[in-house]
Amino acid sequence: MKAEARWLAAAVLSLVALIWSTPLLWMMIAAFRPQNFGGLDMASLLPDFAPTLANFAEALDSAEFARLYLNTIVVCTGVLVVQLATVTLAGFAFARLRFPGQGAVFVLFLVQLMIVPPVLIVPNLITVTRLGLYDTLIAAMLPYMGSAFGVFLMRQTFRTIPRDFEEAALVEGAGWGQIIWRVLLPLARPGMLAFSIVSVTTHWNEFLWPLMVISNPDNQTLTIGLATFTRGAESASQWGVIAAGTFLVAAPLLVAFVLFQRQFVNSFLFSGVK
Amino acid sequence: MQQKTAPMMQTVGLLAPSLVFLVLFTYWPMLQSVWQSLRIESFGSDEVTFGLGNFQRLWTDDSFQQAALNNLVYALGTIVPGIVIALALAVGLQEATRLNAALRAIVYFPVLIPLVAAAALFSFVFLPGIGLLDWHLAKLGMAQINWLGNPKVALWSLIGLTVWKNAGYYMLFFLAGLQAIPNDLYEATRIEGAGVIGRFRRVTLPLLGPTFAFVFVIALINAVTQIDHVVVLTKGGPSDSTNLLLFYIYQQAHENLDYGKAAAATVVTLALLLALSLTSLRSLERGVHYES
Repeated sequence: MKAEARWLAAAVLSLVALIWSTPLLWMMIAAFRPQNFGGLDMASLLPDFAPTLANFAEALDSAEFARLYLNTIVVCTGVLVVQLATVTLAGFAFARLRFPGQGAVFVLFLVQLMIVPPVLIVPNLITVTRLGLYDTLIAAMLPYMGSAFGVFLMRQTFRTIPRDFEEAALVEGAGWGQIIWRVLLPLARPGMLAFSIVSVTTHWNEFLWPLMVISNPDNQTLTIGLATFTRGAESASQWGVIAAGTFLVAAPLLVAFVLFQRQFVNSFLFSGVK
Repeated sequence: MQQKTAPMMQTVGLLAPSLVFLVLFTYWPMLQSVWQSLRIESFGSDEVTFGLGNFQRLWTDDSFQQAALNNLVYALGTIVPGIVIALALAVGLQEATRLNAALRAIVYFPVLIPLVAAAALFSFVFLPGIGLLDWHLAKLGMAQINWLGNPKVALWSLIGLTVWKNAGYYMLFFLAGLQAIPNDLYEATRIEGAGVIGRFRRVTLPLLGPTFAFVFVIALINAVTQIDHVVVLTKGGPSDSTNLLLFYIYQQAHENLDYGKAAAATVVTLALLLALSLTSLRSLERGVHYES
């Protein structure tokens, strides 16, 4: 390509990226802008002020962020721990075993990839209520504890591990417990890591289902807290406080992404590998 | 070269934990929806009959028709521009330079924030008069638009939010797809005398076929299942102009407590989702065979 064309392409792409970045850029700037500073020029993207933490102080004051973080972490961890157990077991079965009805069972899993739980919020709400779990964190986790996506990913991962490794260990007299802990799990770690990143991101950001099953403010997660909090701050036109609150909710994943960019990108790409 | 059939106990033990959740939270609720949608309770008596009454009520409900139509517009409006922008960005940013890496990260950031957080930010972006859009458009001498208050505009505002949020995600798949195209193919078409556009049309587009189908399915599922921004920003309004199928279901169940109608709407949505994604997955499979 000619040099001019190359420069033009770079300029156009940079412009697109600039436009793309404005909402988040505004968030970063508005969150640190002194309250009532600029008045009608709240939308300005120029950081022409002395940064302040007043917006964060007010955001932390008006919602119980510590509780919200804790609940979100509990939900993400709880879902992930159970998921890792269910998906590695089933993934291993599909990768290594041959059993009658294998094709049919596999289709059962395939369908779940399309019938994602959000469509089933109403019947699932009834199930959870019948189990006596309405308004608990367990209810927020339960529908996600089996994951067809995870099963496919682990099946793929186990298929890349040569069978010789297990056989060699068996010949050397290792028991199955040892083979799983010493051979299979360490080799399956990249797949498990990829799945964990996708899972935590999904459930950190989840909104509709927890909104349905949780009513007690003590059991709310970050996204629900943010929605409630935004409604209050919006009616008071406290845009700096909304920016700060949004920043607090989004920051953990954004920071994690900047630190582990490669792993993140690979994990999300994994959802394309079947 | 598989080994002999595994012992029953081992298979069951490995699959049971997943199957319990799969049955309890995917298959049971599907059956439950069908059953509930056919069940008709009459006021003031314990008598229960079965029939298509809920579907009839659903069909004649203007809000449902509006929600179905909106969802179609929303799906097309988010999928087509989302895919075009994602592909353009992937082609433009495929070389691994430092600038490109930074630009890719910028486009990818919105993927990581919760949809609720995006909605909170866009409540300011769309704010009339002093909001991010209006304020900057005014500097360019353009007229104000009531982004969320005008029924003709509101759905397109939400479409804009969704494209902003998801394009970076789809870009990843196109980047991976582009990397998988062998360089000799480009060389061969170059020798045949094809220009940049000819090479794009004859090599890039056909070989990205499976990626297109895959991204299409993900984008379709997103267009049906992601409605957090509707809940936060518009609640389906003004006058149902941003009501989508899942929001309609949520409304019927959560606000109107009309479980029969909610179940009928769930069944219709499930059927649509299944039919559409199976069709496109089949074409995806064909694409894969074609490639290999």
